[in-house]
Amino acid sequence: MTATHAGTTALSRPIVLQGIRDSFAKLDPRVQVRNPVMFVVFVGSLFTTVLGAAAALGMAPNAGRPGFVLLISAWLWLTVLFANFAEAVAEGRGKAQAAALRSTRKEVQAKKLKGRRAEGGHTLVQASSLRRDDVVLVEALDVIPADGEVIDGVASVDESAITGESAPVLRESGGDFCSVTGGTRVLSDWLVVRVTSNPGEAFLDRMIAMVEGARRGKTPNEIALSILLSFLTLVFLLATVTLAPFSRFAVASSGVGTAVTAVVLVALLVCLIPTTIGGLLSAIGIAGMDRMVRSNVIATSGRAVEAAGDVDVLLLDKTGTITLGDRQAAAFHAAPGVTEQELADAAQLASLADETPEGRSIVVLAKQQFQLRGRDLAGTMHEFHKFSAQTRMSGVDLEGRRLRKGAADAVRRFVEAEGGAWAVAVTQQVETVARGGATPLVVADGKRVLGVIELRDIVKGGIRERFVELRQMGIKTVMVTGDNRLTAAAIAAEAGVDDFLAEATPETKLALIRRYQGEGHLVAMCGDGTNDAPALAQADVAVAMNTGTQAAKEAGNMVDLDSNPTKLIEVVDVGKQLLVTRGALTTFSIANDVAKYFAIIPAAFAATYPQLDAFNLMRLASPESAILAAVIFNALIIVVLVPLALRGVKTRAVSAAHLLRRNLLVFGLGGLVVPFIGIKLIDVLLAATGWI
Amino acid sequence: MTGQGLLQLALYVVVLVALVKPLGAYMAAVFRGERTFLSPLLGPVERLIYRISGVDPAHESDWTRYAFDALLVNLLGFIAVYALQRLQGVLPLNPQGLGAISPDSSFNTAVSFATNTNWQGYVGEATMSYLTQMLGLAVQNFLSAATGIAVLIALIRGFVRREAGQIGNFWVDFTRSTLHVLLPLSFILAVVLASQGVVQSFAPYQQVTLVEPVVMQEQTVTEQTLPLGPAASQVAIKQLGTNGGGFFNVNSAHPFENPTPLSNFLEMLAILLIPAALCYTFGRMVNDQRQGWALLAAMLVIFVPLLVGAFAAEQAGNPRFDALGVDQAASAMQPGGNMEGKETRFGIANSALWATATTAASNGSVNSMHDSFTPLGGLAPMWLMQLGEVVFGGVGSGLYGMLMFAVIAVFIAGLMVGRTPEYLGKKIEAYEVKMAAIVLLVPCLAVLLGTAVAVMVPAATASVANPGTHGFSEILYAFSSAGNNNGSAFAGLAANTPFYNFALGIAMWVSRYWLMIPVLAIAGSLAAKRATAITAGTLPTHTPLFVALLVTTVLLVGALTFLPALALGPIVEHLQLHGSH
Repeated sequence: MTATHAGTTALSRPIVLQGIRDSFAKLDPRVQVRNPVMFVVFVGSLFTTVLGAAAALGMAPNAGRPGFVLLISAWLWLTVLFANFAEAVAEGRGKAQAAALRSTRKEVQAKKLKGRRAEGGHTLVQASSLRRDDVVLVEALDVIPADGEVIDGVASVDESAITGESAPVLRESGGDFCSVTGGTRVLSDWLVVRVTSNPGEAFLDRMIAMVEGARRGKTPNEIALSILLSFLTLVFLLATVTLAPFSRFAVASSGVGTAVTAVVLVALLVCLIPTTIGGLLSAIGIAGMDRMVRSNVIATSGRAVEAAGDVDVLLLDKTGTITLGDRQAAAFHAAPGVTEQELADAAQLASLADETPEGRSIVVLAKQQFQLRGRDLAGTMHEFHKFSAQTRMSGVDLEGRRLRKGAADAVRRFVEAEGGAWAVAVTQQVETVARGGATPLVVADGKRVLGVIELRDIVKGGIRERFVELRQMGIKTVMVTGDNRLTAAAIAAEAGVDDFLAEATPETKLALIRRYQGEGHLVAMCGDGTNDAPALAQADVAVAMNTGTQAAKEAGNMVDLDSNPTKLIEVVDVGKQLLVTRGALTTFSIANDVAKYFAIIPAAFAATYPQLDAFNLMRLASPESAILAAVIFNALIIVVLVPLALRGVKTRAVSAAHLLRRNLLVFGLGGLVVPFIGIKLIDVLLAATGWI
Repeated sequence: MTGQGLLQLALYVVVLVALVKPLGAYMAAVFRGERTFLSPLLGPVERLIYRISGVDPAHESDWTRYAFDALLVNLLGFIAVYALQRLQGVLPLNPQGLGAISPDSSFNTAVSFATNTNWQGYVGEATMSYLTQMLGLAVQNFLSAATGIAVLIALIRGFVRREAGQIGNFWVDFTRSTLHVLLPLSFILAVVLASQGVVQSFAPYQQVTLVEPVVMQEQTVTEQTLPLGPAASQVAIKQLGTNGGGFFNVNSAHPFENPTPLSNFLEMLAILLIPAALCYTFGRMVNDQRQGWALLAAMLVIFVPLLVGAFAAEQAGNPRFDALGVDQAASAMQPGGNMEGKETRFGIANSALWATATTAASNGSVNSMHDSFTPLGGLAPMWLMQLGEVVFGGVGSGLYGMLMFAVIAVFIAGLMVGRTPEYLGKKIEAYEVKMAAIVLLVPCLAVLLGTAVAVMVPAATASVANPGTHGFSEILYAFSSAGNNNGSAFAGLAANTPFYNFALGIAMWVSRYWLMIPVLAIAGSLAAKRATAITAGTLPTHTPLFVALLVTTVLLVGALTFLPALALGPIVEHLQLHGSH
């Protein structure tokens, strides 16, 4: 988590103050009309205000007590303002984040090259004037002026402004580390960068737009829910509007009482329509996007965030996600007639110059098991042989000894070329190690085979439990690895994934995704290399690593700034949370209506049918206090639920049936009971004022 | 409530549920085009029909074409029934020489029978010739029911098919419903009913001398006219096809339409038989019978308590009579309870059972007068209609209505498990929500707006027999009935007036076709979707939890929409009745 993102998790004072100001700005009818539910409240507020004013001036004798009408009107306005406030606060948090991001971007000078080479000379231009395919030179301590692709040079880059990660990263042309982000700083050396985005389309721009909510269109599910809420509003509009003639008919035929007043009908309408979810809906959406950004994932659209909740197959790269990045030496298996110590000694010597994590782990293991200290070879006659794709071995020539370690077949060729004999026992050892899911490295000293080093993938702590949780949620995990089937199967079993793809190539990955999709699954994956791009483009939710290539980033629909493949699981969680929060608050909102009926119906018809007081279960003090209490409760509940809307309802690692039962209990039953208590309390307070 | 009465209710439910699987499985086979034991007999007839009418049974269509065909056949039916009524005076099979029916009544009846409502503003034996009854009304009983079933089958295909453009051939579904389902069942029932004494005759009405002369308004009546006609054949389909339009005005309270306890039981059974069995057909066709049982369970969970409630309210009787010292307790000598408007042949339990069954299904036939029920006893049938006729409901239409509620329930519940909601593997998105919401909204619109207009128009309020709350209930009941294609009448409302004939006609029309079209639209949209895989993250839709959720959705929508109106009608009437003694 970056320093810039911290501090906005809570509702800070400036955000609340700004939120209050914005609540009033959002009273603009053009803003209100975008939310049909709240627009009805808005119109109701206007109507009751006019009605109240007319009543106060004695122009509307049947409207009811002017004070009462105006009081209802005031609370209706507050209902609108509270809903505005919820949205404004959600936006405010996003804006605060965007401002923090924007502050990292200062107007910088760019060294625009004439050709594609650093030697061709450059001119200084404003960074904002750079277009796609311009080529710039970035030297030590320069800020990279725009998103781009390194076409020449190697440099260490400080990307903390974007990722919050303080360790500098290496960027070089070609390969999977060629993409750079505007606003980051080169610490040493130089880069030639081809700009890949026009002004305003850069990564940072997308990120700012997304968190600000400026580019936030309604997501598909949000649209569906809005439609349902609009229809509910229409049903309740019907139910309340028709009450006017019904009530007049009742008065005419029973000959007592007066017809229900317009203000009571408006109050009833506003209480019944789903204002709670209607008022919080956009805040929930903005907050969901915000949570994604907080976990340092930038989605290209809200649609992608929502789709993340639907994912039921996760394609996870073995390396870095399921296992610790690198294989580690786990054991020495000496050949017949060789002691383990001798093998360890040779292995350590062969690995002294091997700076790979695997090589270092061999040195460490030899030290741990046999107290062999890493030796300084300075002053000896030695020559290191680095690992290469051709030889597939590495080692050292030291004072006449030719020490080698490497893949079994490569070492065998080496030994046989040296005139040695390959022991059958070693083949067996190699196979045993491989069958166990580990990688065998054979060590030889000239023509003598010394034995086998077992390199093991270390499965990350806690990942197995995570997969169990995912399985309970109905999400299938698939491990993708370049290893052979044997190795892959063993690690898959150890990590507890549901399935694995061994010897994965871009083609097999793509085929696997298509197969799952054909079976009706939604597939998520993450990737970084250019060769991942086709699979990323095919997957339903594709998270590209920020360290990855431009091609990968463009193919994906999310970018993980931390470049942490485990993030996929968090992404799914945020998506689910978004939907759960909407569903929970909708249920709560509708369940609330039951209590409101019990408050308002007896009150509304008290004059005509006093018998209906049997429904006054809460024993509310008077018809006016009952109606006002319901309206006040309806307004206040929005504010009370703002933190929940912003935080999101907690999702749990349980099956859908369990989750539903739990949420129904909390939000359905809770929604039924809470308003009874709330309305009664408000009524008691109102009665205590003595005014009503 | 009496133990014997409860036993009768239980027997009814048990027999009904026992018949669900055999009939449901048979219908599934019919609509999948598989061979059944009737195929050797009916297969050639079916092929002959296709040959004559030039239908290629293998040619399927998309949803718009399917809807067009369904609407076309209904329009033709409407025109035929209207014309028959207007021209019956010059047509044959009219032994009583009945003249043409008024345009507004003809319109109302034609809409009523085309829409499977069978609201009856007319008096059958006094206005309709045998030809009109047989060729117009009885034929429509078959065709309107077959239309409902066909639309349901198309919707089921929408759930089953993947990435498909077609939802079936309307003419095939329509023909199969009529030929393989409705006709055989009606034939059997008609024969059994005739054996019980339901009349089936082309003879003119009979004048008979009364055994015991009656003095009425200072005149001694010695003779009575006995109406006759081809009743048994029409009564069978009116019960089976959730039509409900009686051959005689008092419907199945008439001894010639429903003479014995056995005929009464069979006619009641026929009301819910096909709607209940279609749940099983649904399960079969979506390859998961648990889904069908879950829907049936949801229907029963709503139906049974309302049935028992209505029975209890009727058996409890009228508190005003208690105050007068009238003995209303059930005993060996009397049924007790509120017997006003009920046949002594049927008693309390069977009257309450018929009333709830006929309104749960959109049948609308009666064997007692609902207007005379206690306020709560009358509330049960009225609310069952207002729930949208989805608790069994009309043949086909009840289940497709319930499936729309399921779509809405799944949508809200699906969100709560953190996924884009899906039902039977199909994602429920904005389009489905919009269409399902229209299906839920339109009946509410028809009922509430219709009632609101009626209470404001003097021509309409003049028809009300009782003042005050009961009068309001009568109007509300009429529009609840028409606006949900039920057709049962509360009585007490003189509805054969131009206002009601037109207003109720429009309500029936709107709520039949403006439900059918969105349902078919959903069928088309679902068929085009790919199916999502079922995982532990999928909301299961066959569990008791989902049944509870579906029931809650239906009841909550029904309660929230109609509670204010009901409060001003039966509820306050009940409170007044009990509060003032």
